[in-house]
Amino acid sequence: MFEAVVMVLLFSMFLILIRFLKGPTLSDRVVAFDALSVISVSVLVILALYFERSIYLDVALVFGVIGFLGTTIFGRFIEKGI
Amino acid sequence: MTIIGFFFISMGVVAFLISAIGLLRMPDVYTRMHVGAKSPTVGTLFVIIGTIFIEPAWALKLILLATFILLTNPLSSSVIARASHKSGMRLQDDDCVDALNRSKEESK
Repeated sequence: MFEAVVMVLLFSMFLILIRFLKGPTLSDRVVAFDALSVISVSVLVILALYFERSIYLDVALVFGVIGFLGTTIFGRFIEKGI
Repeated sequence: MTIIGFFFISMGVVAFLISAIGLLRMPDVYTRMHVGAKSPTVGTLFVIIGTIFIEPAWALKLILLATFILLTNPLSSSVIARASHKSGMRLQDDDCVDALNRSKEESK
């Protein structure tokens, strides 16, 4: 059961990575990065379920904070430059 | 309980797959933003609900994580939309109404 879930997750991450590499403008790449960071949070939750350790949930929380900050800073970079 | 949990996790993963296909197929930045911000939020919420069904002892941390995702993800997509509209990116069709652009022109 875990194998099928992880296979579908990796396939969708691969498709989003194609958009990340191909995207014509900077905004497309930032949108793809945002989607990748949200999907990584749920990958960490499934990893915690697989190894049965609740310490990975803390990693997922910190990763969510860092992804949100990164996306916001990229938005500021699109708007005003450095 | 485990079967219900894996049902919810599978629904979340299907939402991720729909999001990935939509990110490849959509023509415009704003439509890509529509599909790239909403459905990963729904997918993460379904995965977290399924994990609560499988391991009820982790419920507090998981509800905290779900609240955080639900608060911050629309905010970040709104920031990207505002920034890309301000940096001069226009909508795909010429027929559709750009209300933000029109209100800027009226205020001048």
